[in-house]
Amino acid sequence: MNATWSRFNITSIVLGFAFLYLPIVLLIVFSFNESKLVTVWGGFSTKWYVSLFHNQGLMDATWVTARVGVISATVATVLGTLAAITLTRYTRFKGRVLFSGMVFAPLVMPEVITGLSLLLLFVAVGLDRGFFTVTLAHITFTMCFVAVVVQSRLVSFDRSLEEAAMDLGAPPVKTFFQITLPVIMPAIISGWMLAFTLSLDDLVIASFTSGPGATTLPMKIYSQVRLGVTPEINAACTILIAVVAVGVIIASIANKRREVQRQRDEQAAQRG
Amino acid sequence: MTNIAAAASPPAETAALPTRLAKGFVDRLVIIVPYLWLLFFFLVPFIIVFKISLSQTAISMPPYTPVLDFSEGISGFFAGFRELNFDNYTWLTQDALYFNAYVTSLIIAAISTLLTLIVGYPIAYGMARAPATIRPTLLMLVILPFWTSFLIRVYAWIGILKPEGLLNQVLLSLHLISQPLVILNTYTAIFIGIVYSYLPFMVLPLYSSLEKMDYSLIEAAQDLGCPPTGAFWKITFPLSLPGVIAGCLLVFIPAVGEFVIPDLLGGSQTLMIGKTLWNEFFANRDWPVSSAVAVILLLVLTVPIMFFQQAQAKAQEQGK
Repeated sequence: MNATWSRFNITSIVLGFAFLYLPIVLLIVFSFNESKLVTVWGGFSTKWYVSLFHNQGLMDATWVTARVGVISATVATVLGTLAAITLTRYTRFKGRVLFSGMVFAPLVMPEVITGLSLLLLFVAVGLDRGFFTVTLAHITFTMCFVAVVVQSRLVSFDRSLEEAAMDLGAPPVKTFFQITLPVIMPAIISGWMLAFTLSLDDLVIASFTSGPGATTLPMKIYSQVRLGVTPEINAACTILIAVVAVGVIIASIANKRREVQRQRDEQAAQRG
Repeated sequence: MTNIAAAASPPAETAALPTRLAKGFVDRLVIIVPYLWLLFFFLVPFIIVFKISLSQTAISMPPYTPVLDFSEGISGFFAGFRELNFDNYTWLTQDALYFNAYVTSLIIAAISTLLTLIVGYPIAYGMARAPATIRPTLLMLVILPFWTSFLIRVYAWIGILKPEGLLNQVLLSLHLISQPLVILNTYTAIFIGIVYSYLPFMVLPLYSSLEKMDYSLIEAAQDLGCPPTGAFWKITFPLSLPGVIAGCLLVFIPAVGEFVIPDLLGGSQTLMIGKTLWNEFFANRDWPVSSAVAVILLLVLTVPIMFFQQAQAKAQEQGK
C-alpha cells in the first residue's frame, strides 16, 4: 500500500488541503492587521479584538447565539437519538417510509425553503417571532443530522449485548440506559457537537424565523459584511473558529482516550 | 453468542404482562415523539407554504389573505376553495426573471457539482491510498473546515477575490497579469465559493467508497496489461460510483437553492433562485409569491431528493 501512495496522491492531498485551509489561515492572519484595510498588511495588532469586546451589538448577538445553540442542540440530540433508534430498530410500522423521508430530506433541503416554511408555520399558529422560534427551527433541522450520526453507530451495534442483559432480567428501559446508551455515547456526543455548530453557523433559517431582539451572530456578521469587509469581523470570525477548533480537538482527544481504554479493557478481559 | 442469546430469549418473551405493556408504551413513545415533531415542523409547514402560494398578496400583517380557514367550519372550508387562485404561479410564468433564475440555478449547481467532483476525487483517492496510520488524521483535516462557519468561509473569499484582493496582489507582483482580474461579483466567484464550501460533502462519501475498494483488482488489471488510465475508468471509477452519486447529490441539491454564496460572492448581477426567493420575501415582502417560488423549487428538486433518499436507504441496508 505504501509503495502505491505515489507522488500524484501526495500532490493532490497537499493541493487539496491548501485549497481548504489557505482562505481560513489568511482570514486569521488579517484579523491581527494594524491597518483598517483588510488586504494590506500594516503590522501586528490586537486592537480589533479589543474593539470587538466593546461592540455591544456583537456581544449581545453572541449571547443569543450561544443560548440558542445549547438549547437547540440538546433537544435535537434527544429527538435525533430517538429518531435514529426508530429507524434502526423498528423496521415495520405504519408510515415508516414517510418517517425516513422526513429524516433524510432536511439534510439536503435548501435552507431558504426550510426557513420560509417554518416562518409561515409560526405565523399560522400565531407564535411571536423571536428567540423561541429560532430555537424551534434549529431543533428541527439539526435533529436530522444527529439522527444520521447516531444511526450509523447503532447499525454496527452488537445487539447480543442487549439480549444478554434482558435475559439476565434487566427491563428494556434499564437495558437501554445501562448497555445501549454508553455504547452509542460517542456518536451522541458528536451528534450534539454537530447540532451545536450547525446552529451556531446558520444564517438563512435564523433570518427567516427570528424576530426583534433575537439577532444571532451570523445575522449580525452578515449585515456587517454587506456594508464592507472589516478587520473587526475577521477578529470575530477568528474567535468563532478558535472556539470550534478547541471543541473538536478536545472531543477527538477524549474519543481517542476512550478508545485506548476500551482496547485495554478488552485485552484485560481476554487475559482474565 | 447470538445463538445462546436466541436460545435463551423465550423467557423474555413471556415476561410479566406489566413489563410487556410498559415496553409497548416505551416503544410507541420512541417512535411517536420524533414522528410528531417532524410532522408538525417539517411536513405541515410545506402544506402551509402551498396554501399561502395560492392566496393573494395583501397589505396587512401577515401580508396575505387567508385561504382555507377552518374556523368557519366545513362549509367555510369549501367556500374557500372557490377563492383559491393560481395568480402567483401565472405571475411566475409570465415574468422571465423567475424562469431564468430557475434555469441559471440548475446550470450553476450542475457545473459546480462537476467541478467539485473533479477537485474532490483526487483528494479522496489520495486519502484512500494513504498509509492506514495517517488516514484518520487526513479524514479529520477534511471534516474540520466543515465545522467552521459556512458564512465565515464564504466571507474569507471576498478578501481574496476582490479587485484589490490578495489573489490579484500576488498575480500582479509576479507579473503574471498587468490588470487586476475581475472575479468577485461574477459567476466564476460563485463556482469557486460552491466548490470550496461543499468540498467536504463530496470528499467524504467518495473516500468511504474508495477506501472499501479491493486494490488487488487494479494490480490484476495491470498485470494483464491494462494501462493505468484504462484500469481507472474500467475498475476504480465504476466501483466508486455509489460515492460519486452520493457526493454529487449532497452538493447539487443544496447548491440549487443556495443563498449566501450568490449573495456575497455573486453580487447583484448574478441571478439564482435562492436569492430571488430571499429578495421576494425580505425586500418585496411578497409572501405568496415567495411561497410559490419555494413550491416550484421543491418540485424541481423532488426527483434528486428521492434519488438521495433511495441512496441513503440502500447505504443503510448495506451497513447492516
